Amino acid sequence: MARPTTLRPAERARRAAGGGQRSAPGVILVPALIALAFLLIPLGGLIIRAPWTHAWEILTRDDALDALRLSLWTTTLATGISIVLGVPLAWLLARTDLPGLRWVRALVTLPLVLPPVVGGVALLLAFGRNGLLGRYLDQWFGITLPFTPAAVIMAQTFVAMPFLIITVEGALRSADAGYEEAAATLGAGRLTVFRRVTLPLLAPSLIAGAVLCWARALGEFGATITFAGSFPGRTQTMPISVYYALESDPDAAILLSLVMLLVSVLVLVGLRDRWLRVGASS
Amino acid sequence: MNAGLDVQAVVRRGDFDLDIDVHAAPGEVLGVLGPNGSGKSTLLQAVAGLVPVAGGRIAVDGQVLDDAESGRFVEVAARPVGYVFQDYRLFPHLSVRDNVAFAPRARGAKRSLARQVAQSWLDRLGLGQFADRRPQDLSGGQAQRVALARALAGEPALLLLDEPLAALDARTRLEVQAELKRHLAEFAGPSLLVTHDPLEALVLADRLVVLEEGRAVQRGTPAEVARRPATAYVAALVGLNLYAGQAAGDHVELDGGGRFVVPDHGQVGSVLVALRPSAVVVGRHRLDEASVRNVWPARVRGLSLLADRVRLDVVGRPSALVDVTPAAVAELGIAVGQEVWLSAKALDLEVYPR
Repeated sequence: MARPTTLRPAERARRAAGGGQRSAPGVILVPALIALAFLLIPLGGLIIRAPWTHAWEILTRDDALDALRLSLWTTTLATGISIVLGVPLAWLLARTDLPGLRWVRALVTLPLVLPPVVGGVALLLAFGRNGLLGRYLDQWFGITLPFTPAAVIMAQTFVAMPFLIITVEGALRSADAGYEEAAATLGAGRLTVFRRVTLPLLAPSLIAGAVLCWARALGEFGATITFAGSFPGRTQTMPISVYYALESDPDAAILLSLVMLLVSVLVLVGLRDRWLRVGASS
Repeated sequence: MNAGLDVQAVVRRGDFDLDIDVHAAPGEVLGVLGPNGSGKSTLLQAVAGLVPVAGGRIAVDGQVLDDAESGRFVEVAARPVGYVFQDYRLFPHLSVRDNVAFAPRARGAKRSLARQVAQSWLDRLGLGQFADRRPQDLSGGQAQRVALARALAGEPALLLLDEPLAALDARTRLEVQAELKRHLAEFAGPSLLVTHDPLEALVLADRLVVLEEGRAVQRGTPAEVARRPATAYVAALVGLNLYAGQAAGDHVELDGGGRFVVPDHGQVGSVLVALRPSAVVVGRHRLDEASVRNVWPARVRGLSLLADRVRLDVVGRPSALVDVTPAAVAELGIAVGQEVWLSAKALDLEVYPR
């Protein structure tokens, strides 16, 4: 015997418009809500527990400002280096048939999945005072990289550059080569084509890749602490500073975390056209 | 040294190969007509250097651009070629002016000079007021003219046009076509115009090459091609009935069955016979008129309405496409399956060697 239910007018209208039955059964709804709560409650906790009354005072203290300043300029420089070196590599991966390119691509994306601390150890072995290259840098030029701001930038570049490379490479692959052909028939050599046609058409993806790269560099912890250590004002970036402050000064830890949460939200908003719309339109 | 464009080349693309021999004189517009996949665009790409030849050579004004034997190859950017692409390929990130200034800039002109050159080309093509727009904000006809201006601004020795009007709607097309004809007439070098539209080829080209499956199947002036098509494809394009047969003086035995009485020019051997659909008369009864030498029975297989007439598809020995007025269809009560008599005057049959 059919059991009737009540169909509210709004639901009636929605179904009439061809929406189909959209209410979720409990077996799906409950775990979905738990997942959502699991993701949101900790973030909410940060906001609730934050010492709002003297937030400004804590954030403008020297140690907090030092970490903030260090993080900003190192991540920006790491992003710049990633663009200068990563875009040409992305071009090479997307547009040439050099032998072994498949392997190069795999290696380039490796830092995406590699535990960052392993990256830090690897950097230490390569550029440490007794490292593969670091030994000669030390002997010949007197340059010591580990535990300096330069090491911070290297660690950040190591983990973040692949984000830029894969974003730009994907864009280069899907780009319409017709424009480049047209430019060539107009007398533009390969470099001019790259500079005046390929790069400008690539700009939106390049910006997205750079933002992604910058955000990843900002959050970098494992490789940095392994290769650059944690010297306040020199190598102690925001994430590292948060980690240490958690014991000595929880309020500062929470506030610094909030700053980074805010930055992440801004990045998401900035890239919404790129990602969020995909979910909305499909 | 040979002025103009000389192509005698084989171009391979996967399983397909284009084997062609064409010449275009300075100032001449050579139309390249053919169905999709016949190798028209491949020809343009080879001349522009976007694909290398597998055999033979390509030269412009005596300068060898590509030679398979010696290995000589001039890179795309160094070729004196202006290319108008079917989809125009105007750079979306540049203004109309900077699009047109692209070639002068790429060839080393200072920005201000390149912009002057661009502006003068835009003015010449009546596009002066669109200089600051983005290509996305242009109509199809305007974009087409900008593409032409951009190609001409590089002062090419040779112009390549790939289906230049294909992306336009029917009304704009006629307008732009007339204008394009004027600009092509002003261009001093040879032009290669690829199209699958016979009308476009007839109007714009001085001479035609018809390509089918990578081979040139017919060459000649548009009038010759339109009057004496060499293949079924060309005949269909220009709207003629075409029959192959064996001539014996005053008549032709058709390969597909049937025979035509033709004007006796003493022709013998393999010939083609072309017949205009409007030159065939349809009747319900056998026409008894001494002047009409060809009369044969047939059956109507289909009718389709063209702009101002009805085209009948009639099966017989031989079969034919026949154009009649809508009034005639009504008067004669023509319907599918109807038995009719067809007649054609010998004088309306164009007979020429195969």
